[in-house]
Amino acid sequence: MSAALFLAQRLTAAILAVAVLAHLVLIIAAERAGLTAGAILARTHHNLVLLAFYVVFVVAAAVHAPIGLRNVLVEWAGLQGRGLDLAMAALALLLLGLGLTAALAVYAA
Amino acid sequence: MILVRHRRRGVVAALLHRLSGIALAIFLPLHFLALATTLRGAPALESFLALTRNPLVKTAEWGLVTALALHLALGLRLLAIELLAWRERSAGIVPALLAVAVGIGLVFLLNAG
Amino acid sequence: MSSSPSGGQPLAVSISRGRGERFDEFAVPRREHQTVLDVVTEIQREQDETLCYRFACRVGMCGSCAMIVNGQPRWTCRTRVSEAVDRKGRLRLEPLRNLPVIKDLAVEMTPFFDKWRDAKGFFEPGAAPPQDFVKVAPSSPQRQAADEGIECINCGVCYAACEVVAWNPDYLGPAALNRAWTLVNDERDQGQGARLAAVTAAEGCQSCHTHMSCTELCPKALQPTYAIAGLKRLALRRAFGRKPSPDKSPDQSPDRQG
Repeated sequence: MSAALFLAQRLTAAILAVAVLAHLVLIIAAERAGLTAGAILARTHHNLVLLAFYVVFVVAAAVHAPIGLRNVLVEWAGLQGRGLDLAMAALALLLLGLGLTAALAVYAA
Repeated sequence: MILVRHRRRGVVAALLHRLSGIALAIFLPLHFLALATTLRGAPALESFLALTRNPLVKTAEWGLVTALALHLALGLRLLAIELLAWRERSAGIVPALLAVAVGIGLVFLLNAG
Repeated sequence: MSSSPSGGQPLAVSISRGRGERFDEFAVPRREHQTVLDVVTEIQREQDETLCYRFACRVGMCGSCAMIVNGQPRWTCRTRVSEAVDRKGRLRLEPLRNLPVIKDLAVEMTPFFDKWRDAKGFFEPGAAPPQDFVKVAPSSPQRQAADEGIECINCGVCYAACEVVAWNPDYLGPAALNRAWTLVNDERDQGQGARLAAVTAAEGCQSCHTHMSCTELCPKALQPTYAIAGLKRLALRRAFGRKPSPDKSPDQSPDRQG
């Protein structure tokens, strides 16, 4: 793994540490509240703070996960080269696209 | 089944960290897709969430929450060793982190009923 | 040779032969305080003179006798048979992992030393070394960091233990990176720029996943994991543009690059 990828992964790891902790608390709180769609959407509806939180969360995850997967594929599947890098970039874009869509969906709903 | 020797906690931690990461990477797009169903309004998300009351799905959810907690806990240990120059002087740290992660999963499970 | 046979069942020993094509079985009388080196030596001298293995000092100073004993890289001269046997009381001996096998238990160490060189694990005095002694305080954090790792005798046990080396043959490995870290902390060295570039390249310190197999198995109780963690911090600072760091093992400033 190059130093640049390493930096990106450790940086997003630190961001995700905070975001995941917050998210776990929210998940369990939602579970206790019964998790109806209405209850969730009432909290996220037009909530700029939550939107900002989810956007940061999504961007960090979209960077962090493909870099981690890349290591696994290089070390355990013996893959390498530009093809692998392009596939991981595509995965990052996929996660970014799906994630931002989801964040906007719960904001606008 | 991986045979765990009591002195190889670093390898066990790394393997669990990696496996939980893979599971989360696979789950994440599905999670985003589920949330995007709200674009079709609350009823769509509600009917999707109704699916999740299925025990099999609940088990999968529990697994994923545990994987998330595990990946976070072991990841924090890595960040401490790498960035904070922390020395792991106790053999109990890794087992303790595993216990915390399983505990968080259980808290989720017990509240999901 | 150690004391006379202490009786009981002979020790069953399996030894990898050739380049791993087969395992040969031997039986050796048990002796009190027997080491694995004693066993291999007895086999080679009394049972099979074609068996190929290495040793030198036989007292735990040179590291030449390193090999895989029941799955773990060990120094055979410092491994008692009584602690190394498996549950069925047997010994299984193989050459060090991650290195080409020359014959039987002897491996080609060249790739190991090549990586030592590639990581710039050697002192660089620079074009104009100082005329007088440099005063290095033994208690300084840098010197302490260096002192932690300089006892490495390049035996190859950590390299054989490292799973990442097994998965990624280009990875520089714990010994080379540990040595580089000792030199990063040597304030007399003038080659820090090249060294930092070497250890932060794609096959450098970033590939370490903190398995700690190296630290667990180092016969000199060195801790390459933490040396590599130090290099990772340097890699991050370098990627950020060499901002001054609060870390007690400071980054080398750019104007002292080799």
